[in-house]
Amino acid sequence: MTEKRLICVSCPIGCEITVRLEQGTITEVSGNRCPRGETYARQEAVDPMRVLPTNVKVLHGALPLVSVKTDRPVPRRAIEAIMRRVRALSVEAPVGAGQVLADDLPGTDAKLVATRTVERAGEADGCGELDADQARRRRCRGRC
Amino acid sequence: MTREGPDVLVIGGGAAGMAAATAAAEAGASTMLFEREREPGGVLAQCIHTGFGLHRYQEELSGPEFGERLLRALDASGAQVLCECSAVDIAPDGPVVEALHPGGRLRVRPRTVIWATGAQERPFGSLMIPGPRPAGIYTAGLAQRFVNIHGLLPGRRALILGSGDIGLIMARRLHLEGMEVAAVVEIQPHPGGLVRNVVQCLEDYGIPLLLSHTITAIAGGDRLTGVTVAAVDKAGRPIAESERYVAVDTLVLSVGLIPDNELVAGFTPLDPVNRGPLVDARMRTRVPWLYAAGNNVAIFDLVDAVAAVGEVAGRAAARQARGDVVEPGAIPLVRGSGVHHLVPSRLLRGVPTTLYLRATRPMRPARIRIGEFHTQTVPAVRPSEMVEVRLPADALGQGGDGIPATVEVSEA
Amino acid sequence: MRIAVIGAGVVGALIARELTRYETDVLLFEKEDDVGWGVTKANSGIVHGGFHEIPGSQRAALCVEGNAAYEALCEVLDVPFARIGAWTVALREEDRPALASLLEQGEANGVPGLDLVGRATLRRHEPSLSETAVAGLWAPSVGITEPWALATAAVENACENGLDLHLAEPVTAIRTRGERVDAIVTSRGKLPVDAVVNAAGLFADRVAAMVGLCEPVQFPRRGEYVLLDKAAGSLVRSVIFPTPSDASKGILVVPTVDGGLLLGPTAQNLERGAVDATGTTAAGIREVIDGATRLVPGLDLSLAIKTFAGLRPETVAETFIVGSTAVAGFYQAAAMRSPGLTAAPAVAKRLVEGAMKRELGLRQRTTFQPVRRGIRKLLDLPEAQRDAQIAEDPAYGRLVCHCNRVTEAEIVEAIHRGARSLDGVKFRTRAGFGRCQGGFCTDKVLQILTRELRVPMARVPLRGEDAWLLGEEVRP
Repeated sequence: MTEKRLICVSCPIGCEITVRLEQGTITEVSGNRCPRGETYARQEAVDPMRVLPTNVKVLHGALPLVSVKTDRPVPRRAIEAIMRRVRALSVEAPVGAGQVLADDLPGTDAKLVATRTVERAGEADGCGELDADQARRRRCRGRC
Repeated sequence: MTREGPDVLVIGGGAAGMAAATAAAEAGASTMLFEREREPGGVLAQCIHTGFGLHRYQEELSGPEFGERLLRALDASGAQVLCECSAVDIAPDGPVVEALHPGGRLRVRPRTVIWATGAQERPFGSLMIPGPRPAGIYTAGLAQRFVNIHGLLPGRRALILGSGDIGLIMARRLHLEGMEVAAVVEIQPHPGGLVRNVVQCLEDYGIPLLLSHTITAIAGGDRLTGVTVAAVDKAGRPIAESERYVAVDTLVLSVGLIPDNELVAGFTPLDPVNRGPLVDARMRTRVPWLYAAGNNVAIFDLVDAVAAVGEVAGRAAARQARGDVVEPGAIPLVRGSGVHHLVPSRLLRGVPTTLYLRATRPMRPARIRIGEFHTQTVPAVRPSEMVEVRLPADALGQGGDGIPATVEVSEA
Repeated sequence: MRIAVIGAGVVGALIARELTRYETDVLLFEKEDDVGWGVTKANSGIVHGGFHEIPGSQRAALCVEGNAAYEALCEVLDVPFARIGAWTVALREEDRPALASLLEQGEANGVPGLDLVGRATLRRHEPSLSETAVAGLWAPSVGITEPWALATAAVENACENGLDLHLAEPVTAIRTRGERVDAIVTSRGKLPVDAVVNAAGLFADRVAAMVGLCEPVQFPRRGEYVLLDKAAGSLVRSVIFPTPSDASKGILVVPTVDGGLLLGPTAQNLERGAVDATGTTAAGIREVIDGATRLVPGLDLSLAIKTFAGLRPETVAETFIVGSTAVAGFYQAAAMRSPGLTAAPAVAKRLVEGAMKRELGLRQRTTFQPVRRGIRKLLDLPEAQRDAQIAEDPAYGRLVCHCNRVTEAEIVEAIHRGARSLDGVKFRTRAGFGRCQGGFCTDKVLQILTRELRVPMARVPLRGEDAWLLGEEVRP
């Protein structure tokens, strides 16, 4: 029998929950004040899941990196392998927020999505009227 | 040549400023935003981790995504946004705001100003830790910018001083990007950041958290070679016998944020605990044309709350600029026991208000009392987590204008 | 005629500049990556009055002479200097005789305007002083400056006048022929010279030993400091001294030229050779805080932004070693302990116009250009000129360091004037010296250095090569 103690992060209370396991199966969950705590504890004790935020290399971009995240939690145990995959990736600018950069992450169905836009190098300067759709470019960058 | 207007000038385009300018413009006021960087967003672009927007958008977003939402709303609102524009002087007689800008200098005479400049990080030098001055010492935000924006690691092996959220986030960041993170050192007996971050940034990766510890010296020549770590007693004093040397080439500091009120401190009173301007329920300071919102008022922990107070200021400033000023009765708030940060410092009759406060110590459960108007019990409070208390418009009853109400947090 | 000056601190820089007034090749060798990064970088920045010096002494004469020269020198070189005066404060009755003694000394040394006043007058001028202060000695001739700015300015002006500057090039040996200087050997090779000036600060003894001289015998004296942000600056108007001890002038409260407040220094003699001991200590910082708060109790230490320590070359005799030596062509400007900064202009003039001119037969040039303009700072320009400046170069409208209001154009100019590292930009522009200590602007300054020097950002150091700032790329 193993006992795992963990602090629930579902709400600010932070209940100290104890999970008892017999050969990998949960036999008891105690210390939670609500059902969300139990759900969290059952997953966390057996196979913790995490949203992974990181960066991917950008080629020919105004910035060298684009911030990304997995579009849903991934198993914590897969993070190391996922990071190896992430390090091998690169994407050509421009990259749009929400763009899927990888859908073949090891150990999960989660996709890797960009969380910001990175424009091509050299196009983001000046009081550009380049793209009427992108309202941001209507913003004066100091030449007015 | 001084330009007349706008109705609302927002200084600072971080989360508070963007939300304020959006709200003001949406309320029909002519609105301008001065942002000193090339893009608005403040630190959001470099906060690539998630945990933002749970309250505001009921979604868990990364910093850039949260910033993107605010930016889209800002662009759609019609507010005029000037980037690379730094306010350099505010003359209270006017008021007249002077700013610097690659296109030339600007002088404007706005009807109202919203001061939303956020905060700076406390630098290493302010800790007065003995030792030489080697390369390799960074505040966490600067290290974060190097890693996430410029794509460069600050070193090879790091120790993090301070367990506030930014320190915890950077522990994970540096570890995932291949640096060794020797430990996070925290002088208090409890962590400074959210429990969620302690779990997901330190415990997940086996990064030691040394509570009740501090750094008593640094060593190195041109580059840092190590730090001396020591346990501290209940009074926070280092215990000499516990000192040990930890070899690292990088020291990352998360030792506090200091509100930036440089241009306004000369003419509007600051709350000494918040270290920001005293504001009422509309985020208006004691100076009638000056509003303040965001981390320059007090250090918030949730960007959602920062955006929310920005909106309050934006709406109120817009209304005032239109001449729509109703001066409701005011109830000053007095800080009682158990209360650290407290925003606002003055409630307004008939104005629904969200009160933001921090407890001075962990309490579980805790009772929050606001004068005779409001009491509530919450399961737990922690200094690292701001508490929001919503007071509806009729919470303040009748009579008793100007009579202070004491805000207290105590064990329930 | 070729003359090599060793050491580009404020003394060496001023000597090199003096020498460029003459028809001779002048070379200045500095082992650090930039000018003024030894003793010059870390001291109180005070231009002393001379009332601490023993009448008739060499230090007294050079201090008073140097002090008098500062205004004109800083004017012509465009270096900050403010003659804010100084109060030496007697905190107890028993300290009164010390004040009287300083007054007497000062008057004997020709220090102008000294005035001994009582409690009421003292407190009227400096209301933040300790309640226990019973009397004060006013010395209007005391000033403050920025020592590394003076060294940099002198070198820039000297280069305009033909100086050949060699940074990051230590002198490793000096060859003599007979009893006369013949050549120097540096990290880059051998060079025949007719004369050498030893202005090598903490390393002057090693340079002297290169020609077989056993003077100076020096050891480093460490002074620790605490710097408070500009918000503290309005607490005092002049330099505040306590009555001196046998060991030193004491722990002072010193306004800085950019509005901050400097507390210190301690005075700790270290062993010979401890020339790298520029670390602060817990005891030293405590001593600074104790000493400073004794003078000005209302100091808010939460406004501290930096602590640092500086070393000074000290000898047992405590005198400067200036002039010719037993080795023909080898001159010393060494053991420049306090008041070395103040005396430097006088030392440079006396050495060059005296012994060197005479012994080397130096002939004056008619083409010496004494005036040097510093980096134009937008927010120092009169309002009317600012718009034109920005119109000419929009980089003047872009602030990079917000704490100290430094624009991108000023940083670019600093790089064009020789800054190759983060500190090089900092010391020339004060970017990163303010309240946030570079928390906001460091990456931007590095970006500008990267762009202007055309090197990858990770290769830009804090100071010299070994002070690397950044490691590997996140995504190589």
